[in-house]
Amino acid sequence: MPATLRWLGRRLILAAFVVFGAATAAFAAMNLMPGDPVLTILGSTNPTPALIAQVRSDLGYDEPFAVRYAEFLGRLVHGDLGQSYQLREPVTEVITGQLLPTAELALTAFVLALAVAAVLAVTTAGRRPAVRRVVSALELLTTSSPGFWIGILLLTFLSFRIHLFPAAGGDGVNGLVLPAITLALGMTGVFSQVLRAGLERALEEPYALTARARGTGETAVRTRHALRHALIPVLTLSGWALGTLLSGAVVVETVFGRRGIGRVMATAVIGRDVPTVTGVVIVSAVFFTLINILVDGLYRVIDPRLRQEKA
Amino acid sequence: MTLVETAAKATAAPSRAAFRPPPAATLVAGLALALIGVAFLWPGLIAPHSPDVADPVNALLPPGGGHLFGTDQLGRDTFSRVIYGTRPSLTIGIGATALAALAGSLLGVLALAGGRVLDEAIMRVTDVFLAFPGLLLALLVVAVLGPGTTNATLALAASATPGFVRLARAQALVVRRSDYVRAAVILGRPRAAIVLRHILPNALPPLLVLALVNVGTAIIAGSSLSFLGLGPQAPTPEWGAMLSDGRDFLSTAWHLAVFPGLAVTVTVFAINIVGRSLQVRFEGRTPGAGL
Repeated sequence: MPATLRWLGRRLILAAFVVFGAATAAFAAMNLMPGDPVLTILGSTNPTPALIAQVRSDLGYDEPFAVRYAEFLGRLVHGDLGQSYQLREPVTEVITGQLLPTAELALTAFVLALAVAAVLAVTTAGRRPAVRRVVSALELLTTSSPGFWIGILLLTFLSFRIHLFPAAGGDGVNGLVLPAITLALGMTGVFSQVLRAGLERALEEPYALTARARGTGETAVRTRHALRHALIPVLTLSGWALGTLLSGAVVVETVFGRRGIGRVMATAVIGRDVPTVTGVVIVSAVFFTLINILVDGLYRVIDPRLRQEKA
Repeated sequence: MTLVETAAKATAAPSRAAFRPPPAATLVAGLALALIGVAFLWPGLIAPHSPDVADPVNALLPPGGGHLFGTDQLGRDTFSRVIYGTRPSLTIGIGATALAALAGSLLGVLALAGGRVLDEAIMRVTDVFLAFPGLLLALLVVAVLGPGTTNATLALAASATPGFVRLARAQALVVRRSDYVRAAVILGRPRAAIVLRHILPNALPPLLVLALVNVGTAIIAGSSLSFLGLGPQAPTPEWGAMLSDGRDFLSTAWHLAVFPGLAVTVTVFAINIVGRSLQVRFEGRTPGAGL
């Protein structure tokens, strides 16, 4: 147990360093922005010099660089990500207000991708080369298509042609189906490739042979014994999956006109609302870092050998 | 496992897979890429019409007749726009990859050759950038610099660079331990000459494979940025931007939703098949080529 605690402490310190670095990069980005941010905030109206000076001191832009950096970090520690230029409300509130629809979409897509990938992998692993090859090629094809295009195709043919699903909005389950499929598709291809490779390795292990020798049926060997082992490499992909889901949400929410962080992000980038963009980026970096620690922690739970003092 | 390894695995994972394309598929993909190359260099050879000439009388025609892929809301020929769109669409992906591969390889080799302090500094900064998942770093860069072809290219280059830094450093590390580098050191060759003449060329093949695969990823990411209105501006016939323009006419003109996206998919699929074949060839010869 002390080894695990030491490991966790070390990881958290490293993570704090990475998040601090990410915040610094974000702050640098805000200050590198060409043009005067005060003019960007005031927009197209022709502001008087007095108004410009007023806004500048309100936002603290008249302070020296080092002071602003220190204040930025200080606010960040208190969960204050600054003020959105476009929406004129605190970025923290914008993000927390939009988190739920995106989380719902991302989680549905993730579960869908994993379930379909598991079925594909279990049915095709180590089976007829022709079938396997066709499925592999299809997987590569799905990872070669832009997600938003799949979304547009689904909209065109399932919503506009045969009116099976709502074209935009639709907060219920119906409004979730097409966006979730769109977001899941590329990920399904990657998951099933990794799962199949893992299953094929697992099916040659002695425990698979033992299970077969006991008279366990092929399906049970695959689902009850081999699949667990094959799921471990998928765990490694969690961080990658989070990034894919978040980037995917930016376009998918735009295509389907759904509420959520992705839509906020897309609008903020177009409107060059840098505080909102940096806010979303910093929050994602925190999530990403925590997920990576969680995954490594799960490895230690699954594989006790990693708990020995070495790393 | 350290944070670094996890991050490296996470970024490397999507290309690691068991699919070995049959030789015929690789050949077809290669031919498709050659054709796409022609469309990139001399679009006028293939396209029957100009990509920009509007003809409102013939707006939103379905495919067939004089217009293979139909026409758009301004009556422009969709097939010609898809062909002319090859250049702006691929420029972002290829440009971003070239920049990232160059900067990443130099930084990776520099990290290893420049002593401990520089190594720590470069690799820790790389870790920080790896913590921005997916497209988010690119979106941050575009938000700061503003939309446009050049800025979108720079943004995608920035988000791909950390991966190249990691791989270049890992490769250079392997090569540095080789006998021919030891021999060069014993012969008293200058440090810079060893890095440039021996380490860099021998670390190159896996980096080139990563670059090829990354071109595909960057083309998709680039079309996503354009779709959001952050890439080349109208009337440039970029594929992502064309899909965005066609969105308002989906109920009547399905062809506007199909063909530009098909162009992206065919291009990236061909690149991935060729990339996968090369990966299989390099596998085992150089450690880390699977990355």
